[in-house]
Amino acid sequence: MALLDVNDLSVRFATQDGDIHAVNGVSLSLEAGDTLGIVGESGSGKSQLSFALLGLLAKNGTATGSVTFEGREILNAPEKVLNTYRARKIAMVFQDPMTSLNPYMRISDQMAEVLMHHEGLTKSDAIARSAQMLDAVKIPDAQNRVRLYPHEFSGGMRQRVMIAMSLLCKPQLLIADEPTTALDVTVQAQIMTLLAELQKEFGMATILITHDLGVVAGFCERAMVMYGGRIMERSPVEPLFAQPTHPYTRGLIAAIPRVDQGHEALHAIPGNPPNMTGAPVGCPFAPRCDFAGDDCRRDMPPLERFATERDRACHRPIDLIAPLEVPA
Amino acid sequence: MLVYILKRLAIAVPTLLILIIASFLLMHAAPGGPFTAERELPPQVLANLNAKYGLDQPLWRQIVSYLWGIIAHFDFGPSFIYKDRTVNQIIAQGFPVTITYGSISFLVAVVVGVALGVTAAVKQNTWLDYIAVGISIGAQVLPNFVMAPILVLVFTLWLGWLPGGGWQGGQWQYLIMPVIALSTSFMASIARITRSSMLEVLTSNHIRTAKAKGLPMRRVIARHALKPAMLPVISYLGPAFVTMITGSVIVDIYFSTGGIGKAFVDSALNRDYAVMMGVTILMGTLTILFNLVVDVLYAWIDPKIRY
Amino acid sequence: MVIDKTKMTSLAAATSQPEMAGRSLWADARRRFARNKAAVFGVFLLLFVACFALFGGFFAQWSNEELDFSVMGQVAQIGGPSLSNGHYFGTDDLGRDLFARTVQGTQISLAVGLVGAAIAVIVGTLWGATAGYFGGRIDNYMMRTVDILIAIPYMFVLILLLVMYGRSISMLFIGVGLISWLDMSRIVRGQTLTLKGREYIEAAKAIGVPAYTIIRRHILPNLLGVVAVYATLLVPLMILTESFISFLGLGVQEPLTSLGALISEGAGTMSYGTLWQIAFPLFFFVVTLFGFFFVGDGLRDALDPKDR
Repeated sequence: MALLDVNDLSVRFATQDGDIHAVNGVSLSLEAGDTLGIVGESGSGKSQLSFALLGLLAKNGTATGSVTFEGREILNAPEKVLNTYRARKIAMVFQDPMTSLNPYMRISDQMAEVLMHHEGLTKSDAIARSAQMLDAVKIPDAQNRVRLYPHEFSGGMRQRVMIAMSLLCKPQLLIADEPTTALDVTVQAQIMTLLAELQKEFGMATILITHDLGVVAGFCERAMVMYGGRIMERSPVEPLFAQPTHPYTRGLIAAIPRVDQGHEALHAIPGNPPNMTGAPVGCPFAPRCDFAGDDCRRDMPPLERFATERDRACHRPIDLIAPLEVPA
Repeated sequence: MLVYILKRLAIAVPTLLILIIASFLLMHAAPGGPFTAERELPPQVLANLNAKYGLDQPLWRQIVSYLWGIIAHFDFGPSFIYKDRTVNQIIAQGFPVTITYGSISFLVAVVVGVALGVTAAVKQNTWLDYIAVGISIGAQVLPNFVMAPILVLVFTLWLGWLPGGGWQGGQWQYLIMPVIALSTSFMASIARITRSSMLEVLTSNHIRTAKAKGLPMRRVIARHALKPAMLPVISYLGPAFVTMITGSVIVDIYFSTGGIGKAFVDSALNRDYAVMMGVTILMGTLTILFNLVVDVLYAWIDPKIRY
Repeated sequence: MVIDKTKMTSLAAATSQPEMAGRSLWADARRRFARNKAAVFGVFLLLFVACFALFGGFFAQWSNEELDFSVMGQVAQIGGPSLSNGHYFGTDDLGRDLFARTVQGTQISLAVGLVGAAIAVIVGTLWGATAGYFGGRIDNYMMRTVDILIAIPYMFVLILLLVMYGRSISMLFIGVGLISWLDMSRIVRGQTLTLKGREYIEAAKAIGVPAYTIIRRHILPNLLGVVAVYATLLVPLMILTESFISFLGLGVQEPLTSLGALISEGAGTMSYGTLWQIAFPLFFFVVTLFGFFFVGDGLRDALDPKDR
């Protein structure tokens, strides 16, 4: 039995200007200790997917499909049931540590309440444990700084606090939603190194959500590429980079700036992310795809296995259309 | 924190001085002196009167001695009309009444308004929300001078349950209608502000974090949402206080409660400038002090302002 | 009644987004406004009140000053609303036609509200935009002045003014206008500060476009949304202020009247059973306030669509 099983998950938001189809029929499965990267541009539905798992969608959002954790259905479960999973079994690290921590409360109070609520610790014990955890994420002088407010920390330190807070109850699954996006490049590297160390130390399964393929390459065993709320490709990380076959994945990889490319222009994928209002027709990437044909604009290709452990959803993958060369 | 309070004081004191000097100058520049009454006074009498009230002094000396009187002795000088009474006596008579029903109304407006607003936000788009929004929109157009006659019509003239006016040392029957009349529109405003700021806060990232911690919704709201949602309410309390003080004028007149507003309007109709200025300055002082308290409260909630 | 700062801040943020500003913003807003039932209802209420104030006079059988001697002294018995003697809304306590007086009261209350809002728009926008655009010491002095003025219990000062310089409608306009622009200038300043940081304005500055041109061409158009909403919501506040003063008997002088004065008269005679004397003015008062309130709220929601 897998730790996490997501089956045909869809997320919709009702707005004044029509329904937004943020996630469309996504399935995935995760074993204990696995590391999965979910990659996509902003608006690809990757964050909403993770919010849906824990029932954290905005009020106008609805999720359909199935999510089981250790064999139990948790999608749309009552708040009471969800609250026994949140933080204890599944924890989250959010994108923007500036706004995701409560600016009006001391770090000590924000961290301690997790332990007090889930493990029934007294306040002083909970604060002591919180300080230890801050120590574990390498915040210097943790004993004293635990009493500070979020705005008294730097961006990188705040994200460390966020990570420490998510690990307090030793969860089996950690979902990190763009944990480094709001940070400086040098700090990004530190945070990812820290996350990798902690992942090994605590042995929890991890879902890393990012728009940065480079981060996935360094951290995850497997990766899932999303576009327009759909899975485009699912594969172990190494073959994904070595032989990208989906036109979108190839575009993403080509868009990574590289030192050895010299002074050529950056390869950007032309066009804009899709408008998600209204029911989707055809492959969402078709309007921007160099290889798209009428079939692509008409029908969404199914997600199919095409190599060992590799699935893709594409009518015209590169290896079939132009099997000659794959640009590095 | 102390520096912050001192900074606020540094604005409050000049504000007060400007208010005093401006109203003094206004009074001085008013067409016709205070004793240009209906009947002509003999010039000698007028000169004597002016001398008695210090009106023959140069302007700056008048201002200085008036200011000194207020600062040193909290003395607003004698009334221009009631020759045997000082402004202080007139104010002292009405002030306790105004403070009593004023503070009760203020409490009622804040407590009911916040409760209504929070309920509406938490139960957004349910019948509870619709009722709360309905009440707060309806009550917007019921300011004190509309509420007062309606209340009297219903509870005194039709039902005969409550006395139509009077004070009687503040017995509860005499308090009900003034308090409702004064607090209704503020209650509505506070409910509206609370609702929209609560809704705004509930969509913020740190609330999502709190939910992801597995805390029950009740706890998320009490510990994480309430404080920031109160910030706009707190900054509204300053203006609300001013408008409420102003509203007390209506209450005093309509319900004959005998508060300070009565003294103000009487003096306005009698052109008793000394009393008018005394009341204006007193209300200004209260307002400025209250704003100071509000600022401190605000800084206490928002740790980012403490410097 | 109060203008909700949270929503105004949110609106300001929404309308200063570069991709939102410009034509599509207003096109989208018009569509959303037309779909908002309360807002459309508000427009109808305002049209109704405006027609009443503008054309009501043509239907009046009596002028607002004339005393009808046939009902005098027995107003409570025969002064009620009636089509046969031409007093559609009845008469007031002195036997004057309440229909004509309500028409006039509505005119005056609307005028005070609109003039107050207009002063707020002109003075508040210029003051706030100047302070926000130039920043530094100018901003500091200008906004300190606003801080000080806003802390003054203006109603008392206004009454002081009315008593000292005589009650007149122009004094009312001045008094109401003096206070109405303060909050507007704060909102406009905040918005200007945000806009000033945008790249296209920095660029315009860098190539030497004069400050006046930048303010007129780039800042003011982007302020339009916030200012329009705020002004619409300010009108009922001004009407309330005027009515308050008139209720105290310190507003417009007889034979002129306003809705507040009529409500005051009606409230005074209520116990004699002449309920129509308060009912008709109160009706138009409430309808006017609701109209502006719904339209302003609808306009804001149309420009800043969020689920609230």
